[in-house]
Amino acid sequence: MTPVKKIKSRTVVLPTRDIDTDQIIAARFLTTTTREGLGANAFHDLRYNLDGSEKLDFILNQPESGGCGILIAGNNFGCGSSREHAPWALLDYGFEAVISTEIADIFRNNALKNGLLAVVVNADTHRWLLDHPGAELAIDVEAATITLPDGTVIEFTIDGFARHCLTEGIDQMGFLQEHAASIQSFEENRSWKP
Amino acid sequence: MSNPRTLFEKVWSDHIVVDETADTPAVFYIDLHIVHEVTTPQAFSVLRALNLPVRRPDLTLPTLDHSTPTTPVSTFKDLLVAGEGAANQVRQMQQNCKDFGLDLLGYGSGQRGIVHVIGPELGATQPGKTIVCGDSHSSTHGAFGALAFGIGTTEVGHVLATQCLLQRKPKTLAINIDGKLPEGVTAKDLILAIIGKIGVDGGTGHVIEYRGEVIRTMDMESRMTVCNMSIEAGARAGMIAPDETTIEYLRGRPRAPQGDDWDAAVTRWQELRTDDGASFDQCVTLDASELQPMVTFGTNPGMVVGINDPVPASDDVSFQKALSYMQLESGKPMTDSAVDIVFVGSCTNGRISDIEAVARILQGRNVADGVRMMVVPGSEQVKKEAEQRGLDRIITAAGAQWREAGCSMCIGMNGDVAQSGQLTVSTSNRNFEGRQGVGARTVLASPATAAASAVAGHVADPRTYS
Ligand code: SF4
Repeated sequence: MTPVKKIKSRTVVLPTRDIDTDQIIAARFLTTTTREGLGANAFHDLRYNLDGSEKLDFILNQPESGGCGILIAGNNFGCGSSREHAPWALLDYGFEAVISTEIADIFRNNALKNGLLAVVVNADTHRWLLDHPGAELAIDVEAATITLPDGTVIEFTIDGFARHCLTEGIDQMGFLQEHAASIQSFEENRSWKP
Repeated sequence: MSNPRTLFEKVWSDHIVVDETADTPAVFYIDLHIVHEVTTPQAFSVLRALNLPVRRPDLTLPTLDHSTPTTPVSTFKDLLVAGEGAANQVRQMQQNCKDFGLDLLGYGSGQRGIVHVIGPELGATQPGKTIVCGDSHSSTHGAFGALAFGIGTTEVGHVLATQCLLQRKPKTLAINIDGKLPEGVTAKDLILAIIGKIGVDGGTGHVIEYRGEVIRTMDMESRMTVCNMSIEAGARAGMIAPDETTIEYLRGRPRAPQGDDWDAAVTRWQELRTDDGASFDQCVTLDASELQPMVTFGTNPGMVVGINDPVPASDDVSFQKALSYMQLESGKPMTDSAVDIVFVGSCTNGRISDIEAVARILQGRNVADGVRMMVVPGSEQVKKEAEQRGLDRIITAAGAQWREAGCSMCIGMNGDVAQSGQLTVSTSNRNFEGRQGVGARTVLASPATAAASAVAGHVADPRTYS
């Protein structure tokens, strides 16, 4: 995984709450066997009409959204299915971070494991971000801060281990493998066997 | 005397390989890993790239369910029915299992089926186990007092290679269900009511334990329906303490312990309950005696009403958006909604008791003109048992389709989908926009409500068909 230390980008705002992973990447696109290429179908049914033409009123289809790497989402973003295709699709589309007041457990976990920063902020900060689409934010993952365009610094909390893995680009498989001896002895010594 | 502990804490602490610290999560052991074709190909690719074997093939249970067609076997035609992508995924799963030495419950095994249906029916799901799968409805297995949750594909790779996950300890939420479920009100209605009450994010960060008289008197299949939809309330997992009902369900199942091992297991399982005086991070109480059959009216499972109640109103933007997607109007009775498709199946309600409930209502009646009804058993074993009891004949005589086992319209990736604008009454677990096809409108309901709606041609109260 490539280290993610700092993110500097403009925001795109998707204020609807409870955006589920089916909306992020619909099930019919899950027949892939690789991680790549899902961005083309991210938010597909919100982006396109049935005849394949673009829905012009959808935010991602508007010119000012081009190149925006930070998604400001409504409450409870990423609820629903455990499909890791959701963060893969967002990353492939070009997003580097998602900010909301609440992010569903499995989605957040999957996102952080793939280098997509998923950040929870308080209602006031969220309100400000919703009201200022296109704001240029500077996120410092190490310091766990978001700097607003006027220089205001907002702190966020992130699990220390997840942050460490993000900023160092650490693959958690390697971390688990270092515990091979403990795993072996757990298997041998437990009082019952599955 | 040790401190009183919850059921969750007992199972959690029994699986800690390395304790969590402020800096690092716990290394957490997994006893059963169920895998399917959709969320594993990229994980097997990682194993190949790192030249790693599957650490415990004996604790890995692979099957095919999500993208497999449910058309009769004679028309499978080399699996191309569901499209080249799905067929490729199935073939890759077969190859991965072969290469990594996994015993795939695939076509012809007689034991293939939805991941969360086959674990319990084989007796592989047991109290006190930790169970994961790359599917969020893994919470189903919690009905046995297992700690079971959905994981992403990266984590599927972690479990395949190390049999462990990195985990932070979740919080606990007790949901006490008092009273008694009224006649004609089912487990599905109860869990929909619970989600309606606590909200689709009410359980975020928590493991739920369902407690109380209503749960204690439920059979295992009903308990599975309840635990299944814990994720719809945002919870990591749902659990129910094992009891005699659990033990009787597991006795004699092929992958349950046998002989002396069985006796030892039962003794261990009987300890798996929340001790008196143990505390939860949060508690919610619900009175079941007030409930009626429940249906969803919106685009998330928390947007739920009693079958005889009108569609609610709110000026919230997301709420309005959901109603307009559903083409429903506030104040109108839900039972006015005309139905195009009825889908019975999924890991929520695709077991034998669900099919029985449907057959009871369809017996001697017909599916209304213009309604397409599909009944999709949750597994090959459920299918066989239903056929032995003649339930398939009641279903087809009523004009409904009887299909092969699989996830089918729950996820709509195998070709079973609704067309844009069509309304489906579905026994599955998600009514998200587009879940059952682009523009498809979904009303979640119990099997009985689904069958009644098929007969009536509109959303209908099953109690008038008993
Ligand atoms: S039936 Fe639906 S929820 Fe259950 S495992 Fe299949 S896709 Fe997932």
